[in-house]
Amino acid sequence: MNKKNPMSRALVRRETIAGYAFMVPSLIFFLGFVIYPMVQCVITSFFDSTMNRDDIFIGLANYTELFQDPIFLGALKNTVIIVIVSVPVTCIFSLWVSSVIYDLKGPLCSAFRCIFYLPVVTGSVAVTVVWKWMFNNYYGIFNYVGTSTGILKQNINWLGDERFALGCIILILITTSVGQPIVLYVSALNNVDQSLVEAAEVDGATKMQCFWKIKWPQIMPTTLYILVITTINSFQCFALIQLLTSGGPNHSTDTIMYYIYYNAFKLYRYGYGNAMGVILAIIIAVLSAVQFKMAKTD
Amino acid sequence: MDNKTGVNRSNVYKIISVAAIGIVAFTFAFPLYWIITGSFKTATAINATTPQWFPSEWVMDNYGKLFSRQVAPLWEIHVPFTDVSFAGPEMPAAMRWLVNTVFMAVASMILTCITSAMAGYALAKKRFIGRTVVFTLIVCAMALPKQVILIPLLREMSSLNLYNTIWAVIFPIVGWPFGVFLMKQFAEGIPGEMMEAARIDGAGEWKTFYTIALPLIKPGIGALAIFTFINSWNDYFMQLIMLSSTDTLTISLGIAKLQAENATDFGLIMAGAALASIPIIIIFLMFQKYFTKGITMGAVKG
Amino acid sequence: MKYRKILAMALSCVMAFSLAACGSGNGGNDKKEDTQTEDNKADDTKADDGEDANAGDDAEEEDGGASSSGSTDITLWTYPIGNWGDSATVDGLIASFNEAHPEINVTVEYLDYTNGDDQINTAIEGGKAPDLVMEGPERLVANWGAKGLMVDLSDLWTDEAKSTIYESVENACKNSEGVYYEYPLCMTAHTMAINKDVFEKADALQYLDAEKGTWTTEGFQKAVEAVVASGQAQAGAVFCGGQGGDQGTRALINNLYGGTFTNPEHTEYTANSDENVKALELLKGMEGINFDASIQGGDEVNLFCNGTLAMAFCWNVSQEKNNAENLAFDVLPMAFPTESGDPQLCGGIWGFGIFDNGDAARIDAAKTFIDFMANDETQVVESVKASSYWPVKDLGNIYEGDDLMTEYSKFIPFMGDYYQVVGGWAEARTAWWNMLQQIGTGAEVKTAVEEFVNTANAAAAAAAN
Repeated sequence: MNKKNPMSRALVRRETIAGYAFMVPSLIFFLGFVIYPMVQCVITSFFDSTMNRDDIFIGLANYTELFQDPIFLGALKNTVIIVIVSVPVTCIFSLWVSSVIYDLKGPLCSAFRCIFYLPVVTGSVAVTVVWKWMFNNYYGIFNYVGTSTGILKQNINWLGDERFALGCIILILITTSVGQPIVLYVSALNNVDQSLVEAAEVDGATKMQCFWKIKWPQIMPTTLYILVITTINSFQCFALIQLLTSGGPNHSTDTIMYYIYYNAFKLYRYGYGNAMGVILAIIIAVLSAVQFKMAKTD
Repeated sequence: MDNKTGVNRSNVYKIISVAAIGIVAFTFAFPLYWIITGSFKTATAINATTPQWFPSEWVMDNYGKLFSRQVAPLWEIHVPFTDVSFAGPEMPAAMRWLVNTVFMAVASMILTCITSAMAGYALAKKRFIGRTVVFTLIVCAMALPKQVILIPLLREMSSLNLYNTIWAVIFPIVGWPFGVFLMKQFAEGIPGEMMEAARIDGAGEWKTFYTIALPLIKPGIGALAIFTFINSWNDYFMQLIMLSSTDTLTISLGIAKLQAENATDFGLIMAGAALASIPIIIIFLMFQKYFTKGITMGAVKG
Repeated sequence: MKYRKILAMALSCVMAFSLAACGSGNGGNDKKEDTQTEDNKADDTKADDGEDANAGDDAEEEDGGASSSGSTDITLWTYPIGNWGDSATVDGLIASFNEAHPEINVTVEYLDYTNGDDQINTAIEGGKAPDLVMEGPERLVANWGAKGLMVDLSDLWTDEAKSTIYESVENACKNSEGVYYEYPLCMTAHTMAINKDVFEKADALQYLDAEKGTWTTEGFQKAVEAVVASGQAQAGAVFCGGQGGDQGTRALINNLYGGTFTNPEHTEYTANSDENVKALELLKGMEGINFDASIQGGDEVNLFCNGTLAMAFCWNVSQEKNNAENLAFDVLPMAFPTESGDPQLCGGIWGFGIFDNGDAARIDAAKTFIDFMANDETQVVESVKASSYWPVKDLGNIYEGDDLMTEYSKFIPFMGDYYQVVGGWAEARTAWWNMLQQIGTGAEVKTAVEEFVNTANAAAAAAAN
């Protein structure tokens, strides 16, 4: 930067001081409440740390144990399942909905947009408790509808059954995460250059061709952004698991996020929990880097 | 001819899809409907194995139960470094939780907007030493889930004597670097000539920021404000870790606690859920246009 | 230099915010943990007015604790032990405490068995652990006591206390080295309960001794069969969604064939014995009993009370008292079924423990509170009655004329060994419900139980070191 546009030393100093002066308020919070705990997290991950006892340095033992811990590996698997199921489904579903509703007459479109956004504003806890009721084994509405229409032979213990619990959680997660992508896609589709679409139609392109050849490339940046935010959201899903299943049954809905909490406050293994946090951070960092790369090359 | 059938076919497709989406939309709205009607149902209706799709009898029992639980002063303001504090009138604790939540969301929103606007401006427009390092740190930290740092953060709040205060929830939200990133994207668009002109007119750094940059990034700040407000309102994890006593709880935590204490008293829980969600839904419906705009704008720049 | 101004402004802005932060939000009960400040002034010795002025200076920054008025603020966190979980009742108890001790200000928080432990654990790490906590030895002694977080209560355990409080209770309140971490108030025997109406309709009452409240393992099987045949598909649930009410599942499994949960010395877990394996296999194979990972003890009680389940394994007298208005049927409390006819019920022994917050004044105030609640002759009866359990020492019949209490008191002699004081208890009980979930989802009983015992014993061994 300095080579291209050589600045005088005084100017550099001036800019630096001014720059940091503007940065200070933000940096205090950022360094104090994000970076500092992160550093602490990395440090304690090398210790056997528990409640009310001095930490004992154990080197990499936490990390080696992690990869032999079947529950951690299970949690890792569940986290990956949640991400790879919910992200594509969210994206495809919201793209489908938006492509249908974006050119509807005013109020109808915004009504739809509004309804799909409702679960987002309702708040994760309020949404979770009502779903818990609907999934209830004994008087939940799913079992009632299922058995009375004859789809289900007998009541299913949705959240208490290993086969269904994770699926239920993913379903709820999806309903709470499509709102934003739909809003984004609708506006992106409305911004597509209409003259290109018309030109293509004149050339005899079908609707399908029109969509994939012309609109899709133009909404690509939006798609990438949606991918990034839904990935982050899916990784952060915690309230759902803590309130609905506490990781059960039989650890079938444990995610790394919940397992960190579980280790910290049920098993008092802080160092171990931190080691998990470090691994998770690395995974997410790599994923984000890949996504950013994708965004750049496109 | 060909063209005509094509149009017809696509019309049919359109009608079918709209109908399908209508049904899906109905299921999306259903939980909210279930919360609201559930909160007015009688205990027998709630526990019936054959659910009542529409309450046959509307009662306020659940709200009565919700409000007859513990009490707490509606607000409490403490003058720093003294023993002086002003407490509001005693009200049902659920009202205090709402007050706490609103305070938390608004304070995080204001603090985030101020700090992020300044920092984003500096990152975009100031060529200072270490800029790339700071920016890289910010980008890296952005995707980090908060749970990762839960234990160190808890210990830090404890040593700062902030544990069990609403600030322990607010500060990490403010520290989250997404806002800075977003504001930087917006500030990139400030034309250099305008700043140059201001400087020639003798405006200082602060004045340049205040009179030139700020008005130009205002829409961005609006977007960020909405984002932060919704996110902090809906955040649950930080609150769960940091808050513990009845008068510091937020409404999300409060309902979670209701649920833990009365696991199957769904009427009561629904009353709590309604209390938590109705205010924010009203805010959303009132400012719907801004919400949509804010979300889109954030995405375009982010 | 304009940017200086900006810098100054920014800094002062941040400072202003952080200052405000230190102050606001401190609800009356939060205080600094400055151990070196001498707030002894609020101590019982009120003579030192001179020191008060001194202390006032360095108390500038700390609110709460011992404030200039000479009163002490303490916090009590209580689990839902009978009506000790109900704010109206507890407010009354505190009011009578304040009549005797107006200088001590008690703030109460109510915990639940689902998240209560997490809540206390985060508070401990957050440096704001409560002063007083009301629960049983499995938490006060075996968990937080063993972690060195609790205050030694030896001075409350006077010779008189030792001679009046039942010996079995006393033994549960101290650790293996004889340090007391709990001062007990009340106790009960956890039973199970059946829906008498349903059992009657199913003609299943013939398989049990309603008078004595006992039944055999065989009778239990037949009764459940009859109940299922009568159309009640869900007779009972081995709840395992979390640790809430887990003593019920343990007692059921241990009693069926006379197994034990730990060895008599409380050093090792023995849940993998043949008797226990047999019991688990029986339950797993029984129609009408399912392992339900979506509910915990509290949910089970609710489901029983609204008639969804015909039996509750997590039951005691206060459940019947608290749910009286929801119960549309006759409840018949029962001991757990056994082969031998000699049930061993899990006891609950509740009392107070004090977290060591490093502040002598608050610790003393907390002790004063315990002494008043558990030893004051008129108060103790009220305190015990609030729990709707029985006193831990002979107070005469405090439930004179209370039929319900008389009915349940027949179970007290069945009280078995109080084993919940083994090291690593908190980890072991977490492993317990996880094990039940595994079995419920089809894992082989033998392997699951072995795994549980290995995990639990490892935790016990780790705690012993």
